[in-house]
Amino acid sequence: MSGSQKVRFKVNGKACEAAVEPRTTLADCLRHDLKLTGTHVGCEHGVCGACTIIADGAAVRSCLIFAVQADGIEITTVEGLSDGDTLSPLQAAFRKHHAIQCGFCTAGILTTAHMLLTEEPDADAERIREVLSGNICRCTGYVQIVEAVLDARASYKTNSKAAQ
Amino acid sequence: MKAPRFEYIRPERLEAATIFLAEHGGEAKVIAGGQSLVPMLAFRLVAPRFLVDIGNIAELKGITTDASGIRLGALTRWRDIERNEQLRRAHPLLAEAIKYVAHYQIRNRGTVGGSLAQADPAAEMPGIAVTCEAEIVVMARDGQRTIPARDFFVGALTTTLRSDEIIAEVRLPPWRPGRRWAFTEFARRRGDFALAGIALFYDTEDGRAINVHAGAIGVADRPVRLPAVEVAINGQPVTEPVIRSAGAAASASVNPADDIHAPGDYRRSLLGVLTERALASAAGLTLKESA
Repeated sequence: MSGSQKVRFKVNGKACEAAVEPRTTLADCLRHDLKLTGTHVGCEHGVCGACTIIADGAAVRSCLIFAVQADGIEITTVEGLSDGDTLSPLQAAFRKHHAIQCGFCTAGILTTAHMLLTEEPDADAERIREVLSGNICRCTGYVQIVEAVLDARASYKTNSKAAQ
Repeated sequence: MKAPRFEYIRPERLEAATIFLAEHGGEAKVIAGGQSLVPMLAFRLVAPRFLVDIGNIAELKGITTDASGIRLGALTRWRDIERNEQLRRAHPLLAEAIKYVAHYQIRNRGTVGGSLAQADPAAEMPGIAVTCEAEIVVMARDGQRTIPARDFFVGALTTTLRSDEIIAEVRLPPWRPGRRWAFTEFARRRGDFALAGIALFYDTEDGRAINVHAGAIGVADRPVRLPAVEVAINGQPVTEPVIRSAGAAASASVNPADDIHAPGDYRRSLLGVLTERALASAAGLTLKESA
């Protein structure tokens, strides 16, 4: 039982399967087994938010979930936000506002902000800042990040079922 | 770091989980949301042989409010509380305190039972449980125990929960209409553990406070009631001088240790300020900032 266990879940709309040790985090499973390296692993103990993914419609830290716990769930990673090479409105807003410096935290911030705006398309700057307090950007480029998220709100109001 | 190796078990029924723990509790850890336990595994502060995932056990889910009070199933997530309109009316103090729990992503997964079992001295849910005289219902193969919150927390990260027991639910006494209340805390970054925090409520009779309950987090090795604050307020109209004396009483009644986050004296002073702010908010007063 401490050997490999099979897990199945849906990632970005596709059925996936992997054989993992129970101690493998979902973040490592996504990156190493499914080769979805858009999800970044920063602190590995739930502080930095870089590994945030969307699991059954909620933004969660994939380093704080073991892959075996995720059996049967639906996952969206940063790769699932865009339509191929076409950026989502949120991603386009990040580009427009240059809400990126080194880019390490970006995947976690995009997934977090995507869920926030899906659930609360009227979120104000204070609410956005509160939610993003769970994502550490050590380039400290938060001003543009908040501007980009504010700018992207319109697309969630007209299309509240966006990529979810 | 990566977690040490363990064997993973996911029972679908509470009974199966308690039977397993009766046999293997000493070398097992129970996991639900994992928002405290997974970091502890990653740091290798714990290395259980078995991880028992109770996340699928339907009997541990659900929120009920009725005349006997409020019951939160152990698997209740912070987001479930946050989004429960009925609970906001049925227990506004609980709803307010939960807003301060951790960050967005953690609130989406962390559970009430997990926070109680973890027993962090600065955590909000244990503080509310102690302040409100909640009871914690725990299940084992051989039966259940109902433990008053004041007896449940015995030290930092330490409870009276036995290794063969699982927290099933927490019961909060009913909330009286018209009650005055406040929760406030201070953390250096929103969502981080508080350096100090206070929860309080009281009822009123002829313009005087009665049935005063006050409790603090982050100022001792466990959540504590503040009897000195309760005595200072009970039977009094909640006026600025009374609030000031209650704040002083709060500071004088705790003795926090120095640690890397703050000196003990800082936390002591902070608790006094937070007590004043909480009482002013509960009473609907605006205090003059003291020099």
